[in-house]
Amino acid sequence: MNAPVKIETTLKDWETDQEVRWCPGCGDYAILKAVQRTLPQLGADPKNTVFVSGIGCSSRFPYYMETYGFHTIHGRAPAFATGMKLANPDLDIWLVTGDGDGLSIGGNHLMHVLRRNVNMQIMLFNNEIYGLTKGQYSPTSREHTRTPSTPLGSVDRPANPCAFALGSGARFVARGIDVSKNLPEVLTAAHAHEGAAFIEIFQNCIVYNKDVFDDFAKPKGAEQQQLWLKHGEPMLFGSEKTGGVKGLKLDPQSLSFEVVDVADGDWEAAGVLVHNAKSRMLAHMLVELPFGEFPMPLGVIYDDPAPTYEAAVIAEKKQASEGKDTSLAHLLAKGQTWTVSGTASDPV
Amino acid sequence: MATQTAEKQPDTQTADSMVVRFAGDSGDGMQLTGGQFTLSTALAGNDLATFPDFPAEIRAPQGTLFGVSAFQINFGSRQINTAGDAPDVLVAMNPAALKVNLASLSPGGLIIADSGAFTQRNLDKAHYETNPLEDGSLAQYDLLAFDISERTIEAVKEFGLGNKDALRSKNMWTLGLALWMFDRPREPIHDWLRAKFKSKPEIAAANIAALDAGHAYGETAELSGPLKQVAMPPVPAEPGLYRTITGAESVSLGLVAGAQLAELPMFFGGYPITPASAILHHLARLKEFGVTTFQAEDEIAAICASIGASYAGQLGVTSSSGPGIALKTEAMGLGIMVELPLVIVNSQRGGPSTGLPTKTEQSDLYQAVYGRNGDAPMPVIAARSPADAFDVAIEACRIATQYMTPVMLLTDGYIANAAEPWKVPDPSAYEPFPARFTETLPEGETFEPYRRDAKGARPWVKPGTPGLMHRVGGIEKHETTGNIDYSPDNHQRMTQLRRDKVLGIDVPDQEVAWGEDSGDLVVVGWGSTYGPIKQAVNRWIGKGAKVSHVHVRHIWPLPGNLGELLSGFKHVLVPEMNTGQFKTLLRDQLLIDAESLTKTSGQPFMIAELEKAIGKCLEERCSGGRVRVNDDQLPSLEQGHDDGSLRNEVSQQSKVTK
Repeated sequence: MNAPVKIETTLKDWETDQEVRWCPGCGDYAILKAVQRTLPQLGADPKNTVFVSGIGCSSRFPYYMETYGFHTIHGRAPAFATGMKLANPDLDIWLVTGDGDGLSIGGNHLMHVLRRNVNMQIMLFNNEIYGLTKGQYSPTSREHTRTPSTPLGSVDRPANPCAFALGSGARFVARGIDVSKNLPEVLTAAHAHEGAAFIEIFQNCIVYNKDVFDDFAKPKGAEQQQLWLKHGEPMLFGSEKTGGVKGLKLDPQSLSFEVVDVADGDWEAAGVLVHNAKSRMLAHMLVELPFGEFPMPLGVIYDDPAPTYEAAVIAEKKQASEGKDTSLAHLLAKGQTWTVSGTASDPV
Repeated sequence: MATQTAEKQPDTQTADSMVVRFAGDSGDGMQLTGGQFTLSTALAGNDLATFPDFPAEIRAPQGTLFGVSAFQINFGSRQINTAGDAPDVLVAMNPAALKVNLASLSPGGLIIADSGAFTQRNLDKAHYETNPLEDGSLAQYDLLAFDISERTIEAVKEFGLGNKDALRSKNMWTLGLALWMFDRPREPIHDWLRAKFKSKPEIAAANIAALDAGHAYGETAELSGPLKQVAMPPVPAEPGLYRTITGAESVSLGLVAGAQLAELPMFFGGYPITPASAILHHLARLKEFGVTTFQAEDEIAAICASIGASYAGQLGVTSSSGPGIALKTEAMGLGIMVELPLVIVNSQRGGPSTGLPTKTEQSDLYQAVYGRNGDAPMPVIAARSPADAFDVAIEACRIATQYMTPVMLLTDGYIANAAEPWKVPDPSAYEPFPARFTETLPEGETFEPYRRDAKGARPWVKPGTPGLMHRVGGIEKHETTGNIDYSPDNHQRMTQLRRDKVLGIDVPDQEVAWGEDSGDLVVVGWGSTYGPIKQAVNRWIGKGAKVSHVHVRHIWPLPGNLGELLSGFKHVLVPEMNTGQFKTLLRDQLLIDAESLTKTSGQPFMIAELEKAIGKCLEERCSGGRVRVNDDQLPSLEQGHDDGSLRNEVSQQSKVTK
């Protein structure tokens, strides 16, 4: 999106010489590989690419990318990235955050980077737990999560990252899974989107919240539980092998979805809705779809670009500067002035 | 009137200078009146200093004591260094304004009061049992009370405004009278009114009529008694082009100049806060000078975005006041860790917490020098006056870019709002300090982002530069490669390198501002206390005392010769508007017996207070008397704003500006 010239690279070109220090088996490894695999496909240029992160396990990400990188402070990465983008709009910025970094301490900044629509890719690794501080519950942990800080189970309700993003005004909202083969496709779509592109990636913390997403993320039975959305295509999931193809049908009276069986591939006859990624209304419904009764919506939920913040700032600056005197001497002498003549000792 | 030309002449309350205080309701337009009077005074060639003193409420209930807004100006045909201790003339637009400001009026001073506003209702609101204009309680002053309200309504009658709208021109009527008193031209104010009310010519005309009527009143009303025209010849000054400037304007222009001298675009991240917002407002209008302003979602985002911009190759600047600076603290630590240029402007105000948002204090010095987690050294410099802030802002940009470090620039509420004449500098007279970006490497060398130059600064590489990709962050990093490194020896070395870099900053030698290089007493100041200290010291020099004034710009690191310089004096007195913070720093760094003189009333020092304290010091210390503990505090009870009854009123504040 930013680099007009496509650069030839391989996965190796994006790896640093640093030893990766996540726990063995952590979902972060899979995401790192997916990103390193995707960037060459995009023709991205390492020298123009910046990975910016906050604090947490996910935020170590920049150290492992052979690009420019800035590991900042807890929750504030969106603010740093906004400053970078305004200073140099040509930079291709990837922001890496987590459920604690992005939705707890940094919720405010995440809201504003989305609302302003600063052109960057925002990957929120959601593992529903604080990993780096040894396992406390996070703002996305489900109710009754038992952790060192909630020995009797958490009592507060979790935040929904994609609903938060939409509520903040995001123009691109997508979901992926760390180990999913579809992740590069989601990342590619996010990169193609001009503006803030928000991607929630379900990431398995094998130490403190192992397999918390298994009910939809584990490969066995995935087809029945995962609804991969594609703009212009029917909302279908499942297969003949796994108990039948199903689809989502919209009841226009109650404005709610129902799961319908699709016989012989005739989804039209079953009344299955075609996904429209430009519908904000539909996006709101999809991110709120209760899992269990419905499959987990994944892929590009919403993608409807709007003018970016940095473009507006630059245009305004250009317009305000046109034809203006830029001499500092002139600026300093602005306003009502008076001249004292003669020498210092002469009263004027 | 005698015109004194020698700069060292003591500042006595002779008729070659005059202090006027305009006081009224928040809605009476006193700041505007004062501002325009300042402009006409400057254009008449007088030297001046101003002190806008307004409440934290935007529109406090009308007529109340805590809603009083005042603007004080000291001007004269000699050099003026402070806004003046005690007004010679008090313009009181209502009973509350009189009550709050009377205590500060100089004995025998002139009160000009709008008797039309001294209604029973307004008297009640100001807690007057009887009308002070009539009960003889003002006998020790010259009193000139007449119905300004009625005269204003009369003057603007032809424009068909309702009474309420007509009374809005009351301040212009009063300004007209003041212009007559000091023989100031009305034309610049006419021009200004026409420009201000361009789309409402009838309002401009009404205001001009009110101004002219006030002026004519002074000229034709055959007043006997106190109202006389005062001639105030221009002050002799260095030849050149002059303008008035406030600290906020001066900091803004200095930052623009500093960025140009560093040959960098400037990125300014800010969040609205009193009294720092004025800098954001000024810079937002200077886009054509390569300035990007960003009003962030909070103070933290403001500094973080600025650091992000510095990382991308611009000069990041952020600005705030006490509580906002506290919020930025963690990001300052990151700035120190990743060693990127950043200028942080702190317009100090009374604290702690929200404290006194519109009043001045110097109580963030500890915060500036010591207030971060870890060993986090950061240079700190302080402006002493609105005009000085220009040079200090340039100095901040120089240090930040040359040493790859965040720098804190301290001003305060007084400097930010106060105005003084400023000899417009020639930008070409400043030595440029172009920022250097590393773009290529010598053949065969690997890039090391923390390899330092002779000054201890690491290379600055813009993202987008081929072949120099690297990662920075807040985790301790290896001495040269910048890779994560927690090893004990490395952290010890890195801590020392960061400290040495800051301590090694090229700081000019400290000079004595006034007086000899040695003597009985040196008064050491920093920041906005410059004016009153200078005057007080010069009064004692005039009396033959061996007193000198040293005013420190570089707070951290201190000038290398400061210890030696101060050791040439028997005693060191440090007046400051806090409980002794710079005193502690001087004692710690220089092992000298510095003594405090402190004031924390939200009001600047008065010359008389300092003069008295210096006298006491000379008597008790320098004559070998008893040396007491360092806790001299000036409560300054004579000032209206510290009056006990008023303090009760202030506690009922509802809306506070943030």
